[in-house]
Amino acid sequence: MTRVTSMNRVTQFGGVIVVAAVLGAIIGPWLSPHDPSTQELALRLAGPSTSHPLGLDELGRDILARVLSGARVSLFVGFAVVVISALVGTFLGALAGYVGGVTDDVISRIMDVLLAFPGILLAIALVAVLGPSVANVVLALCVIGWVGYARLVRGQVLRLREFEFVQAARALGAATHRVLLRHVLPSTLPALLVQATLGMASAIIAEASLSFLGLGVQPPTPSWGTMLDSGRSHLIDAPHLTIVPGVAVALVVLGFNFLGDGLRDAIDPRTQPGA
Amino acid sequence: MLTFIVRRLALTVPVLIGVATLIFSLIHLVPGDPAQSMLGEGAAPEEITALRERLGLNRPLLEQYGAFIGGLVRGDLGDSLRYGTPVTSEIVARVPATLELAVASLAVGIGIAIPLGILAAVRRGSLVDHGSMALALAGISLPNFWLGPMLAIVFAVELGWLPVSGRGGLSHLVLPAITLGTALSAILARMTRAGMLEELREPYVLAARAKGVSRRQAVMKHAFRNSLIPLVTIVGLQFGAVLTGAIITETIFAWPGLGRLLVQAIGFRDYPLVQGCILFIAVTYVFVNLLTDLLYGVLDPRIRYPS
Repeated sequence: MTRVTSMNRVTQFGGVIVVAAVLGAIIGPWLSPHDPSTQELALRLAGPSTSHPLGLDELGRDILARVLSGARVSLFVGFAVVVISALVGTFLGALAGYVGGVTDDVISRIMDVLLAFPGILLAIALVAVLGPSVANVVLALCVIGWVGYARLVRGQVLRLREFEFVQAARALGAATHRVLLRHVLPSTLPALLVQATLGMASAIIAEASLSFLGLGVQPPTPSWGTMLDSGRSHLIDAPHLTIVPGVAVALVVLGFNFLGDGLRDAIDPRTQPGA
Repeated sequence: MLTFIVRRLALTVPVLIGVATLIFSLIHLVPGDPAQSMLGEGAAPEEITALRERLGLNRPLLEQYGAFIGGLVRGDLGDSLRYGTPVTSEIVARVPATLELAVASLAVGIGIAIPLGILAAVRRGSLVDHGSMALALAGISLPNFWLGPMLAIVFAVELGWLPVSGRGGLSHLVLPAITLGTALSAILARMTRAGMLEELREPYVLAARAKGVSRRQAVMKHAFRNSLIPLVTIVGLQFGAVLTGAIITETIFAWPGLGRLLVQAIGFRDYPLVQGCILFIAVTYVFVNLLTDLLYGVLDPRIRYPS
C-alpha cells in the first residue's frame, strides 16, 4: 500500500508539473508584466531583482517573460509532433499488422531504415537541408517520431487480431476499417497514451537540442534551446542565463517522464518498483 | 551459429542501402538550387554552374545516384566544400576524439548504473529503490546541453579543478564524459534493476541460497551474471544515443570530434561533409547493432534459433 501511494505521489508530482507548465504557457505571457522582446539595455545581464525575478539576458530582455513564451513554443512543438506522429504511426502500424504480407514488409523495411539513424540524427540532417524553422523542426521530428508508434501498434495489432472477439467481428462480416477502429485500436489506446506522454518529453528535449544547435526556432522568438545557446557566452558573468531555461526544460521533461512512467506502471503492474 | 550470422548479415544489407538512399536524397531536399544554397546569395552564376558541375547536380538523377553508391563502395564521399579535402579524411581525422569520448561516457554510465541498479533491485520497494529510480528518471530528463554548462560553471569556472573546453589529457575528458554518460547511466540503472528483479525471482537463485550460498554471492555471482546478458543489448543500442549526444557535448566543450565537425559543416552549408558525417554515424550505429546482436547470440544460444 505504501509502495502504491509512493508511486502515485511521483505520478501526481509529474502531473502537477505538466499542468503548471501548460497553464504557464497559456496564461503566463499575459500575466507577465514584461514583454519578452522589450529591451532594457542599461540592465543587460542583470541578475534577479524584484522587478525582474529571474534577471535579464544579454539584450536586457526579461528572462521570466521569455521562459514563459518559450514554454509555448516547446509545448506546441511537443504536442504537434506527438499528435502527428501518433496518427501517422497508428495508421501505418495498424495497416502493417492487420493486412500483413507485402504491405507489412514495405512498412517494416522503411521503419528499419529510419531506426538506423540514432536519436535525432536524421532530424538534424533534415533541418540542416530544409532550413531552420518551427515548421521544419516539427516535420523533421515527425519523420522519425512515427516509427515508435507504428512499432507499438503493429505489435499490438498482430497480437489482438488473433483474439476471439476480433475474429468474431470478422466472421460477422465487419469491414477491415470497422474491425480496426471499433475492436482493435481501442485496445491499443492505453499503451499509446503512455508512449505519447513519454514522447512529449522526447520531443521537448529534441526541439530544445535543435534550437541549441541553431537549427530550430530562430531569434528573436524565445525558445528554451536558443536561450541556452546564447547563455553559453555568459557562463562566467551571468550564469542565470543558462540556469533558468535549463531548469525549465529539465522540470517539464521530468514532469512528462514521471507522468508517463506512472501511467505505464498503472497499465503494467510488473514494472512497479515494488513488483 | 553460421546460419544465424548469415541471416543477420543479410538483414543488414537492405538497411544499409536504404540509409545510403535516404542520405543521397538529402541534398535534393534543399529548397531551390542546392549549389546556390551552398555558395550563398552573393555567388556569381559561373561559380554556381561550376559547383553544380563539380557535384554532378546537372546529371540525370539516376546517374547521380549510381555515382554516389559507386563512391560509397570505394570509400569516396566526395570533397568538403569548406576544407577542399576529401570528406573521408576529414571524418577519419575526427573519429579518435569521438571514440575516446564515447568509450569514456560508456564507462561513466556503466560505472554508475550497475551498482545503483543492483541496489534498487535487492532493496526493491524500499526508499533506496524509489530514490534511485527517481534519480535515474531525473538523469534521463536532464538535457546534456544544460548539464554540460552547469558542470563547467561549477568544476571549471568556480572551483577551477578541470579545463572548461578542448581535448588534451584525462582532465579534459572528465566533464564531457560525465555530461554524455549521465543519461546513459540513468537508462542502464533502470535496465539493470529490471534484469536483476527477473533473475532474483528465478529458482536457481533460491536453490543457491538453499545450498548455503551467502545472499551477497547469490546476488553477485548468480543473478547479476545472468542479468548482464540483456544489458549487452541495451549498451549496444545506447551507443547510438552516445553518438548523437556527442554532437551536442562536443559543441559545448569544443571537443574536436565528429559531432562538432557535423555542426560546423551545417553552419558552412558544406552538404557533402554533412552527408558524410551523417552516413558515417548511421553506418557505425548499424554495425554496432549488428555486433550487439551477434554477441547476444553467442551469450544466449536461444537467440540463434527462430522460435
